[in-house]
Amino acid sequence: MADESPVQPESKGEIGLLEKVKEELKPFQEKLEQDLAGMKAPQKTQLYKSIFRVKHDETPRSRSLGVLSNVFLHLHPARVNRDAVRYSYTWGMGGITFYLFIVLTFTGVLLMFYYHPSKIVAFRDILYLEHDVPFGKLLRNMHRWGAHLMIITVWLHMFRVFLTGSYKRPREFNWVVGVILLVLTLLLSFTGYLLPDDQLGFWAVTVGTNMARASPMLGHEGPLGPQFGMTPYNDVRFALLGGSIVDSNALLRAYIWHCIAIPIIASTFMIVHFWRVRKDGGISGPSPVGLAKEIKWDRLGER
Amino acid sequence: MDWHQLWVITSAPDNVPIVGLVFLVPFYVWYGLRQSFANDRLIAQLEADPALAKTHHRKTQPFQSDWSKEVPVWPFLLRIEFLAALIVTVILFVWSITLNAPLEEPANPSITMNPAKAPWYFLGLQEMLVYFDPWMAGVVLPTLIVVGLMAIPYMDMNPLGNGYYTYKQRKFAILAFCLGFIVLWVGMVVIGTFIRGPGWMWFWPGETWDHNRLIFEINRNLDDIFGITSAWGKGIFGAIVTGVYFAAAGYGTHKVILLTEFNRRVYARMTLLQYLALQFFLTTMLLLPVKIVLRLLFRIKYIWVTPWFNI
Repeated sequence: MADESPVQPESKGEIGLLEKVKEELKPFQEKLEQDLAGMKAPQKTQLYKSIFRVKHDETPRSRSLGVLSNVFLHLHPARVNRDAVRYSYTWGMGGITFYLFIVLTFTGVLLMFYYHPSKIVAFRDILYLEHDVPFGKLLRNMHRWGAHLMIITVWLHMFRVFLTGSYKRPREFNWVVGVILLVLTLLLSFTGYLLPDDQLGFWAVTVGTNMARASPMLGHEGPLGPQFGMTPYNDVRFALLGGSIVDSNALLRAYIWHCIAIPIIASTFMIVHFWRVRKDGGISGPSPVGLAKEIKWDRLGER
Repeated sequence: MDWHQLWVITSAPDNVPIVGLVFLVPFYVWYGLRQSFANDRLIAQLEADPALAKTHHRKTQPFQSDWSKEVPVWPFLLRIEFLAALIVTVILFVWSITLNAPLEEPANPSITMNPAKAPWYFLGLQEMLVYFDPWMAGVVLPTLIVVGLMAIPYMDMNPLGNGYYTYKQRKFAILAFCLGFIVLWVGMVVIGTFIRGPGWMWFWPGETWDHNRLIFEINRNLDDIFGITSAWGKGIFGAIVTGVYFAAAGYGTHKVILLTEFNRRVYARMTLLQYLALQFFLTTMLLLPVKIVLRLLFRIKYIWVTPWFNI
């Protein structure tokens, strides 16, 4: 016992140190366990809550909040007509058109990194894009075909809205906005046509803008144009091309209209278009069919 | 039959969207009209049976009384939107991998492309150049198309057919729109793409594009046929002919509009301004097929010749 006694305090001391360390680490261990437990339920973390704001679970209320409290989805209502989600009614054409606009913005911005809107290098930039830029050809193809597809989907969207009579009250004005967007889509595509600076674009734009010189009163070859003092150097075609021929100024103007001006204008009208879809009572149908003999002609209100 | 020529035209990269259009437009016409006819059958059934009309849910879609009228957007709409975006992306990727965007020689003002074609979606306007002078085909008519489209909701006073497919309840509106959109607009895009060749001459599908072809067409003006030579005579004659056209076309459309009892009630709702605007847009639209027939069948170029403008 006496022999052991000097050892014991030592060993006791060793054990004490270990215990001490363990004791010291205990709060950390508890925190670690808490953190690990938190990882199993990420919805409960501050980070998650700060991003998503509301709890998500399988309740109708939570599903609604998921849509309504999300900036990208808040254009949607929380609930829609159960038959409207079928493909057969809307054909999805408006949504596809908007999606294509996003795709075109994305590919367009990437294309802008490789393109100089100047007569000397524009065509070479396209060659460079096609042959040297990684995925450059795919990028250009997607932009081109996406644009053509967008025109088709815009037309079909208009056709669907007409067939379902969705332009009728209270959606008259949104149809007008839609027609403006249709024109802007065509102009977007047309201004992009010139940018490769090849024969195809050059002659297409030449043919297109030649019509402008026949504008009544505003073109030098149009009816009453000369009487209004129009010459090839001051008429509306000159304003469009920045010159009397399709040349470097026309290229720059097409570029700025195509990449900056029209996208901003179109986006503005799109905001109005989508906002009005909601404000005019959401999607128009499919609503119950009306019968001719049920119309109260005298109560239809002001014309 | 020159199959190679046909292949060259249809496989030109920029013409592929129109080949797609040729299939997509008829498909969606069928898809829309099929639902219209289904609804029309339901409408006929409900009109014949007032008791049923009171209890029926009035849709052709499946229905059970205990189903809620609405569904949550998440997941029922968002998953479809996501799927649609995915499918469009796949289509666009496959299309872009298999088919290259066209790139011709560098722009050269001294070498004219023949035929020099506008982008395909403007070929309808370019085709109109055959029938009208540039100030009409390139400026006035496109403006009227846009303004006319915008004016549709303010001219269509038919209270039925709001938010569902139907043909019977809106026969006139649907036929007029299909004439404008499918027959004239899409039709002329197709003509401009597949039929117009070098020199903007008419080549039937499968006919070889002969760059040296000359057509000796004697295009006359309507006043020449009547032997009117003086400028004053031409102007007055043309004004009368144009006036007679608009009067006759207006009378014809008026008769068609008032064909049914229901349409007469719709007509009674319209203000004079609304009705005149409708007549103006319809008769101007009909001027195009009239001039197509005059030009292609009777070789008549202008119906109204003045020193300032020709129509």
